[in-house]
Amino acid sequence: MLDALALYGRMIGLSIRAQMQYRASFLMMSVGHFITTGVEMVGIWALFERFGNLLPWTLPQVAFFYGVVNISFAFTDALARGFDLFGAQFIKTGNFDRVLLRPRSTVLQLAGHEFTLFRVGRLLQGVIVLVWASQQLALEWDMARVALLVFTMLATFVFFYGLIILGAVMSFWTTESLEIMNTLTYGGVETAQYPMAVYQKYFQRFFTFVVPLAMVTYFPIVALLDIPDPLGTTRVWQMIAPTAGFVFFGASLLMWRVGVRHYTSTGS
Amino acid sequence: MPQILVDNLEKRFRVAARDPGMWGAVRGLVRRRYREVVALHGVSFGIEAGEIVGYIGPNGAGKSTTIKILSGILTPSGGRCTVNGLVPWRDRVAHVARIGVVFGQRTQLWWDLPVAESFDLLRDIYRVDKARFARTREELVTLLDLEPLLDTPVRQLSLGQRMRCDLAASLLHEPDIVFLDEPTIGLDVVSKLAIRDFVRRLNNERGVTVLLTTHDMDDIEALSKRLIVINHGTLLSDGTVAALRARYGAERRVTVEFDRAPELRDGFAAALVEQLGHRATFTVEGRNAATFVAELTARHAVHDLVIENLPIEEIITRVYESGRG
Amino acid sequence: MVDAARPYVAMLGARFRMLLQYRAAAFAGFATQLFWGAIKLMILAAFLAANHQASPMSLPQIAAYVWLGQALLGVLPWNVDTELQEKMMSGAVAYELLRPVDLYAFWYARTMALRTATTFMRMIPMILFAGVLMPLCGLGAWALPPPVSAAAALYFLMSLTATVALASAITMLMHVALIWTLSGRGFNTVMTGLVIVLSGLTIPLPLFPDWLQPFLYWQPFRGLADVPYRIYSGNIGTDVALFEIVQQIVWSVLIVAAGYLWLSVGKSRVVVQGG
Repeated sequence: MLDALALYGRMIGLSIRAQMQYRASFLMMSVGHFITTGVEMVGIWALFERFGNLLPWTLPQVAFFYGVVNISFAFTDALARGFDLFGAQFIKTGNFDRVLLRPRSTVLQLAGHEFTLFRVGRLLQGVIVLVWASQQLALEWDMARVALLVFTMLATFVFFYGLIILGAVMSFWTTESLEIMNTLTYGGVETAQYPMAVYQKYFQRFFTFVVPLAMVTYFPIVALLDIPDPLGTTRVWQMIAPTAGFVFFGASLLMWRVGVRHYTSTGS
Repeated sequence: MPQILVDNLEKRFRVAARDPGMWGAVRGLVRRRYREVVALHGVSFGIEAGEIVGYIGPNGAGKSTTIKILSGILTPSGGRCTVNGLVPWRDRVAHVARIGVVFGQRTQLWWDLPVAESFDLLRDIYRVDKARFARTREELVTLLDLEPLLDTPVRQLSLGQRMRCDLAASLLHEPDIVFLDEPTIGLDVVSKLAIRDFVRRLNNERGVTVLLTTHDMDDIEALSKRLIVINHGTLLSDGTVAALRARYGAERRVTVEFDRAPELRDGFAAALVEQLGHRATFTVEGRNAATFVAELTARHAVHDLVIENLPIEEIITRVYESGRG
Repeated sequence: MVDAARPYVAMLGARFRMLLQYRAAAFAGFATQLFWGAIKLMILAAFLAANHQASPMSLPQIAAYVWLGQALLGVLPWNVDTELQEKMMSGAVAYELLRPVDLYAFWYARTMALRTATTFMRMIPMILFAGVLMPLCGLGAWALPPPVSAAAALYFLMSLTATVALASAITMLMHVALIWTLSGRGFNTVMTGLVIVLSGLTIPLPLFPDWLQPFLYWQPFRGLADVPYRIYSGNIGTDVALFEIVQQIVWSVLIVAAGYLWLSVGKSRVVVQGG
């Protein structure tokens, strides 16, 4: 287990160094990513400018949701590249064969494939927004709140990672990268930027019980903001909800094994 | 028990069929049709430790399928297979730790990294002891003349250089079996010779078992005494090159240069292949060759004469064709 | 004349047929559009519910904007032809220079196929769902309304044609940018970002703050979505529709010219770089 972590760390380190060779490109792409992701917040701000409020939510509150989701996802987006591009870079090219020819877990190899540095763009704008929101809301950061925040972000990170793995699993069956997983991933980020209570009932239910997005974002963030939940859940529920993200991740790993088995029986 | 044992291997694939044209494309949106392809049927052979075996066949014959099954990355539809006593696809991690695989068309090295770093990463992946690795690496670098390449990113290497690095990379963990899939494809003559030489030494000095698939007959002639021929998913032949020659190509080719353009009449125990002015080429059964030459030189003034074996490409082609029908 | 157009038409047809193959993508595309349209609409409706007076667009007009935006998403220049991109990266683009055709026109034909083929697959189920199925299920308030008048419908189609030309021209810029591998990718990222925001895809342009409106009016990306969809829903009246369409065409011509010139510069660079 320990040497798996060591190998992972080594692979990530090499990836970072390889990308730093193209320093200018990295800078440009980071700035580009900062802008591309940051415009979302600009959009939210613009709408609040025009409409004034989103009953019962205020701009700083929505910004808080936005910040947490973007920070967590930035890490997933940076670390899940191997799975994200799995179809194009490993299945289509036949490079997955090489992964199978190495005496290591396929998940480990793909996880360590790349640390996409330029995602720092999203991370930065997420941090800026979160810090601003926290100030505007005058939140007190005691141990409990910090712990819950870390737990929430970890759960969100792992949840999105699971989604991306599921997307990779699909490419075992179809050579075309299925947009449906992209939808749930990036669409999920879009969705979670606003409090789930804003959406229609069936939407909320889907993202609570089928794809547990609300469990890792909405509910714990409501607890973090220390406000009553318009959907009527208790604090206890809100604080336990993020575990659904870890369960989801476990399920996606099981699906991965199914996918690999399918690949080895049908060939490339 | 042989090191590599293949028994009655079967592999069937389902392939999607697409109708041509615009209408077919739209129809394909609604319904997909499949047909079944039999890639391998009843393939059996055994390879002892330390052998070099050539595995040849036309494109689509089933060579890659066999290699993939032996590597453990493809599960067969039927039959048995063990390598080093392990079932490749079932004991994947344990199995691949003991084999090396080189694909001529695809590199196993990391594109943006210097060669040395790829090697180091492989050391960690294969969990090779550092001291042992240093020695192995040193030997391989010397044998394949890789010293000047070590700091170059792989993407900047020429094909020949990359191939040598890939070969070294596949041996860093000291496997006892190597599968070489088209290792000399697209290489210049010098690189080909270097690689052949290296593989021969690898086998002679270290007893590494080599299974070589290739289209290059010179590779075969230079390296392998034993040849397995496959076509349409079934084995056509398994034996030494000499035996193959005896069975399919026992003729000799006689090229003669006459002093003046001859009139060749019937009566020779030979077949005229072509005649261009002063030069004529014949094929004759091996056992009749001497008699034929004697008769020919008795009747005509011969300026020069060359007797050679049938080129191995021709022999192999005959083997492929024998499998049809 | 027809004969001269043959290679370009052939390219258009071939790419179109090829892109139709991706049926898994087509189905997933529908689910994607549905999703994005739904969340966008829900959010805008929630804002509208919070403060109705503040909006220059009614809910039906917003619904038209959102659903058309999804249905016609393929038209927007948010992606490049991946095959061309690969050719650039591998150096095979040199082969393109060897063909006896005008390179810009050839690639433009290709780009038009890219912009229209994917749209063709996606727009029908989307329009059927949002325009027909939703009202039938009682979701009429959220559905795609019919064009506000026959004249509006006509102007809408004209505007859409101009949009395709404009979008192809912008995509061509992105293709040309790829000749400069590193800075090209940066350029395209920025371009994609600009397109997505300034076309009205993220938020309908009229919903941006009032002080931004003059700036939003005088930019080319407006013609990619904002203009046709607002003509459709009547938010842009038929009296000014023709003027808007002319603006789209002017922008198209300008960007085509810019792309053409830029490609000439780029061609020499391809030659210099070699194989």
